[in-house]
Amino acid sequence: MYRTHLFLLFAVLLISSSNASAAIAVFTCEPEWKALAEEIGGDKVTAFTATTAKQDPHHIQARPSLIAKLRRADLLICSGAGLEEGWLPLLLRRARNPNVQSGQPGHLMAAEHVPLLEIPTRLDRSEGDIHSQGNPHIHLDPRNLQRLAEVTAERMAHLDPGNTVHYQARLRDFERRWNNALTGWEHDSEVLHGRSAIVHHMEWIYLLDWLGMERLAALEPKPGLPPSARHLKRLKTLLEKQSALAIIRSTRADQRPSDWLAAQSGAPVVVLPYTVGATEESGDLFRLFEEIIKQLAAQPR
Amino acid sequence: MKNALLRACLIVVVGLSLPLSVHASQKDDIAELKQTLEQIKHQYESRITDLEKRIQAAEENAINAETKAQTAERKAAHAEKKVTVNRGDNAFNPAISLIVQGSASSYSQDPEAWYLPGFQTGGEAGLKSEGLSLTETELTASANVDNWFFAQATIGMHEHHGSTELDIEEAFVDTLSLPAGLGMRFGRFYTETGYINASHSHAWDFADAPLVSQAFLGKQYRDDGLRLSWIAPTDTFVEAGTEALRGERFPASGNGSKFVGDAQNYFLRLGNDLGSSHSFRIGLSHLRTNPVNRAGGDAHGHDEHTETQSLGFSGNSNLSIADLIWKWAPEGDMTHRNLTLQGEYFHRDEDGSVTLTEGTEGALFDYNGAQRGFYLQGVYQFIPSWRLGIRYDRLWSDNSLSVLSNTTGENDNEVTAETGLLSDYKPERWTAMVDWSPSEFSRLRLQYALDESRPEKDNQVQLQYIMTLGAHGTHRY
Repeated sequence: MYRTHLFLLFAVLLISSSNASAAIAVFTCEPEWKALAEEIGGDKVTAFTATTAKQDPHHIQARPSLIAKLRRADLLICSGAGLEEGWLPLLLRRARNPNVQSGQPGHLMAAEHVPLLEIPTRLDRSEGDIHSQGNPHIHLDPRNLQRLAEVTAERMAHLDPGNTVHYQARLRDFERRWNNALTGWEHDSEVLHGRSAIVHHMEWIYLLDWLGMERLAALEPKPGLPPSARHLKRLKTLLEKQSALAIIRSTRADQRPSDWLAAQSGAPVVVLPYTVGATEESGDLFRLFEEIIKQLAAQPR
Repeated sequence: MKNALLRACLIVVVGLSLPLSVHASQKDDIAELKQTLEQIKHQYESRITDLEKRIQAAEENAINAETKAQTAERKAAHAEKKVTVNRGDNAFNPAISLIVQGSASSYSQDPEAWYLPGFQTGGEAGLKSEGLSLTETELTASANVDNWFFAQATIGMHEHHGSTELDIEEAFVDTLSLPAGLGMRFGRFYTETGYINASHSHAWDFADAPLVSQAFLGKQYRDDGLRLSWIAPTDTFVEAGTEALRGERFPASGNGSKFVGDAQNYFLRLGNDLGSSHSFRIGLSHLRTNPVNRAGGDAHGHDEHTETQSLGFSGNSNLSIADLIWKWAPEGDMTHRNLTLQGEYFHRDEDGSVTLTEGTEGALFDYNGAQRGFYLQGVYQFIPSWRLGIRYDRLWSDNSLSVLSNTTGENDNEVTAETGLLSDYKPERWTAMVDWSPSEFSRLRLQYALDESRPEKDNQVQLQYIMTLGAHGTHRY
């Protein structure tokens, strides 16, 4: 009796595993890559994201649910450049899925396909939470997403050659729409060119680089370290001499340091969605950048 | 639309050009005319469709060309910044990390005379030495060997009776590419007996091991062997595995020369997320060992005897463990606040014989052991970097001993008492700690324990530091 139950359990498990191979199962580390995978894959993929816009991709644990998900994935898409170094290597070992191990076509690290900014010249942990390969928050430059769309389509076609036409067509469609949107954003953000901003964390550098803006300073004295009172006072003095368009923080960040500095200096605070799903208005990649540009361009000059 | 309009015009034009006397003509003529008309119509139709197709294609080409030009332009501009790849002579070096740990400890009882009534302690069980000490320094190197294997080795360095001891704590190989969710580990490793046993001491939430680990596993059980495990292809995490272990170390202490070892461990785990804020893992494990004269002589702790007395157990020892981890963080964001609840229940049955040796004399007992214990702990991070923790430990034993032979000269009751295995006393302990982690790489901890694992109350205070140098540690669940 007991044995029959066990046998049935195994049978169910096996059947459920064979069903799952109908579409490419994409495991993404962050919501932006899930959104991109869905843009390119459409109904031929099922995408899952390990983190939500409300979580910090640095501080995630290799939870059992993530191991189970990665175990069955065909394609892994993550930012890379050390953003997930605390949990992804362990997750890969625990899930022991040959399809997504480093070096396989199912292993896609976005940062390996785009030029990185802020590659540290001095590697020392006293510099805070720095990443040796450069700043990993690459998705905030829409030109990087364009590049990654190509790579994603290539990988999907490689893993599922029968649907190559489908992925190619969706890629062309995405590129067309993305280009049109990009032209619009670049037009709307011309006024921001040459302006400077204060940021909470170092995550905005790719956005500022794309918009031709400068980062005047960061609220965090060192990457990943919480803003200190002394550092904030220094920034206040800085803002007396130089002007900033805005103090940028993400929806996740602690609001007190930026609010304090805003009250002291008069520079406005802009709360921007860091990734897809951070606000109601940023439900997909297009709306994410629309929202960011709208917020920034609306700042008084 | 265009098509329909053209067709209508055509019909009108052709129709007008026909002689009005058509009604008077022969039926054949009409049929012929109709046929010609049809032919003309057909020709024009196909030409129109052709034209339409060409216009559409031209339009598409124009759009594509524009998109392509824009894409190419943007790509060219963007590609000017080079994609950098991390290269260098040392790029293939393994990830190396060094853990420096030390503490200052204070006890109100003698830590050297520590014992657990009702339990034969062994392995590395015991308290840290009093005063300031560098408890352990750990050097770990790990890397993917190739696309098939990952390997990791940890060398522990600690002081023992004035000299520095080097110890290969772990050295194992994991497979990465076995099919169907199968995985193997071979080498020396911490076994999957319960939850906390598999994690290194620097990753613990308290400065010392739970009493169950001290009593049942000699603080921490690791052994040379082989592990085979399987992860089910389900959304719920299900892992089942078995370990074949050499079985010479406490609590096994068996015949290690067997080809597949003398100790076996079996484990089953299940885990998942519940909503976005909660996650859990429950586990069952079962360790079967066959100790032969398992040592652990300090069981009793009567100072005048410990020098010469030794206790040995031979027989079967089966340990079953149930463990539970529950984690909470608002929306799964662990940076600001989070709570971890963790508990393990141990149950061990032992059957065999015990020898008590005092110099050349000794006693032999028939022994039947039943021991249980658990701990439950909660750790709460209330603001970034700061955590508070509380833990409760409890042990019970219900052993029976009957004297088979006795050459010590003492009476049977005295000798039985000296084994330290018969006890109504139930060891327990309350522990509270607070720790501060300015970054992921450093942690300072203050811990207080009211330890009643011996009948005498012991107030224990510990200050501890844990520093991680080098490679980024892993966020184990």
